[in-house]
Amino acid sequence: MDKSNEKDNSKYAVVMEKIVKRFPGVLANDHVDLFVKRGEIHAIVGENGAGKTTLMNQLYGLIKSDSGKIYVNGVETRIENPNDAINAKIGMVHQHFMLVNRLSVVENIVLGMEPVRGPFFARDSACKQINELSKKFGLFVDPDAIIEDLPVGIQQRVEIIKVLYRGAEILILDEPTAVLTPQETEELFEILRALKAQGKTVIFITHKLHEVMAITDSVTVMRLGKVTGVVKTSDTNPRELARMMVGRDVLLRVEKGSAKIGKEIFRVENLHVNENRGLEAVKGLNFSVKRGEIVGIAGVAGNGQSELIEAITGLRKVEEGRVIFKGVNITNFSPKRRRDMGMSHIPEDRLKHGLVLDFPLYYNFILGKHDNPRFCDGEFLRLIDIKRFSDELVKRFDVRPPIINLLGENLSGGNQQKVIIAREFSFNPDFIAISQPTRGLDIGAIEFIHKTIISMRDQGVGMLLISMELEEIFSLSDRILVMYEGQIMGEVTPQKTTTEEVGLMMAGHKLEDLRTQEA
Amino acid sequence: MNAWIQAIISVFANPIFYKSTLNQSTPLILAALGGVYSETTGVVNIALEGIMLIGAFGGVVGSYFTGNPWYGLALGILLGVAMAALHAWATIRYAGDQIISGTALILLAQGITGFSLVELFGKPGSTDLVRSIPLVNLGSFENVPFFGRIFSSLSPLVYIAFASVAFSWFLIYKTRLGLRMRSVGNNPEAADTLGVNVYNIRYFGVLMSGVFASLGGAFLSIGELGQFTENMSNGRGFIALAAMIIGNWSPTGAMWAAILFGAASAFNDQLQSQGILHLATNTQYLFGMIPYIITLIVVGGLVGRSRAPSADGIPYIKD
Repeated sequence: MDKSNEKDNSKYAVVMEKIVKRFPGVLANDHVDLFVKRGEIHAIVGENGAGKTTLMNQLYGLIKSDSGKIYVNGVETRIENPNDAINAKIGMVHQHFMLVNRLSVVENIVLGMEPVRGPFFARDSACKQINELSKKFGLFVDPDAIIEDLPVGIQQRVEIIKVLYRGAEILILDEPTAVLTPQETEELFEILRALKAQGKTVIFITHKLHEVMAITDSVTVMRLGKVTGVVKTSDTNPRELARMMVGRDVLLRVEKGSAKIGKEIFRVENLHVNENRGLEAVKGLNFSVKRGEIVGIAGVAGNGQSELIEAITGLRKVEEGRVIFKGVNITNFSPKRRRDMGMSHIPEDRLKHGLVLDFPLYYNFILGKHDNPRFCDGEFLRLIDIKRFSDELVKRFDVRPPIINLLGENLSGGNQQKVIIAREFSFNPDFIAISQPTRGLDIGAIEFIHKTIISMRDQGVGMLLISMELEEIFSLSDRILVMYEGQIMGEVTPQKTTTEEVGLMMAGHKLEDLRTQEA
Repeated sequence: MNAWIQAIISVFANPIFYKSTLNQSTPLILAALGGVYSETTGVVNIALEGIMLIGAFGGVVGSYFTGNPWYGLALGILLGVAMAALHAWATIRYAGDQIISGTALILLAQGITGFSLVELFGKPGSTDLVRSIPLVNLGSFENVPFFGRIFSSLSPLVYIAFASVAFSWFLIYKTRLGLRMRSVGNNPEAADTLGVNVYNIRYFGVLMSGVFASLGGAFLSIGELGQFTENMSNGRGFIALAAMIIGNWSPTGAMWAAILFGAASAFNDQLQSQGILHLATNTQYLFGMIPYIITLIVVGGLVGRSRAPSADGIPYIKD
């Protein structure tokens, strides 16, 4: 770091100096320095657990630093709670959205800064302001929609508008693209560019290196609580960044052999499923999955993928059509019966549906198999066997720290996902429905999970993979189905298509239309 | 069988049944509203039963010593709010278990009222008769057939109860404060990051539950008769909680559910006072169960459709 920069803080929107934050047993931030120029897009990259979010939580006043100073626009600023941050015109979009699910979009956005008319909340003027912001930055939302009915992609827009509504000049985005499609990501980037053009400063936490290259001006790399590199984006490349992040060379693309495809194991016929409000979300889907292949479903969040996977795994009622597994019509089977038949599920939301957060790991490892005679003797759990089994899994799936008495909530996101994958893969399933397996995970964990998925495929397991991550769909799938508004726009193989073609299908163009246009 | 049908028809044809429904619903509506305030902000308040009891007792004591039932009402509310403040202090300030605190307060209210009853009035069981809040005279409207008899000589608290429902609905759904209450009850962490003071909002919700529950209690003692009897609330606080749940934590929903329970209770009273049916004492007890059986059936039938605020019952502890 240039010495003259350290003296003159005034050209920086944010300077964080020698920040130290200690959690019990962990030094989360070890004398971290951060310099963010005014009007730039600054990336903070690093693996999960590197301390990026901890650092930003201190900037936003959610947690207090043990030591260190923060300067905003050259002025030393004490930020002890989010109100101080808001007053300093700092806004944050959290990785786990801070939205009140039962309230509407408009209510969530204005909460804490509500316009009033006399004694009443002036809903219409709030809506007007929101519509203006929506138009200005291309963030379109229905102000009257209830948050819990919205897909995550839209919820994120609400979060961004919420920050803008508070007049933020410095926006912290904590892994904003983890749930977005390429088009949505491009839209987000457009928004970020618009923000930058208007002089706003953006701090962008991510571990997707191509995004860093595409949108940011400079990068701070963190590893294990320390800054391991500060570079201008134009002076670096993904390989170098990856090395600074992980401390070793990483494979940026998953290696896989060709699939040994077997007999059909799973099929849906004319499947119709409704979403929470009773509107049709899946509109007559037909597809099948064979042993030893990965069928990827690409699509923008909220086009019926969640409803589809819930219907397949028995968590949601099928309105019409059939689900066939191993030749048996399982449409009305309970999730338990499906699991007993050899179906596994890696759910979209690992915190809500994947783990019991306040159970120790060894219980989480046997969830759903707790009545297996291996773990259960009549009514009594065989704790010794359960723990031995868990110790094995922790080693095999490289869960860190490898302590089976830890509670689910004490693990990082990547390790939580490893626990789920370990559980779902370890009971020799024949078919696995996988949803967003690497959402929000770091490169190291993604590499591991992708390898594991490929190795299951090579053992002859049929897999359905739903992901908003087009790169993931392309690198794992043997066939790709593109879903739009509950229907399949077309089927392609990753070798014979392009990101653009799939992107157009995700936007609602049918494959046959695209191909005839070309011809 | 004929006698039964005849009895039921004559109950429904009698304006007294409707009048009695209004009177029986009023304390339930008020207490259920209290529950709505508290739980909308995320604090479960089963102490409603105890707050009603202390409100009823305070009403009589105030009226007895001042001769003015309105001062009695004020004392009742004061004691109710004080009791709610204890609940708030234990559950918000110290993040104590809300069910345990509520249970303790119910027992405390029974102890205090039972003890003070003997101390102040010199005998257990019930107090002397005191002046009750004057009933509302509607003048010539009372000559209107049927309806005149329903609405003649109702306590002003009946009108206050219904006005409170409208007031609360506006407060919770149409004002800034109401929006903050709902946000704190559903996701206090999110509200906190936006600068909403979670603790203050929760204090407000719990104290308001004290106001309304003690108002409901005071209706029992000085709304009509002007007397307090031991353990006068007699489970109404719990029925009010059920009304709140069936009403899906909304003021209007809670009101309709409270009216349903009030009507069930009024129906039971009227059926027995018909004189057509000559029921043995044990059968009368059986009839007394009607409101509670309705509770079970309705709760069983509606439980899937009714959703508590997401953070209801969970203390908020700032890291």
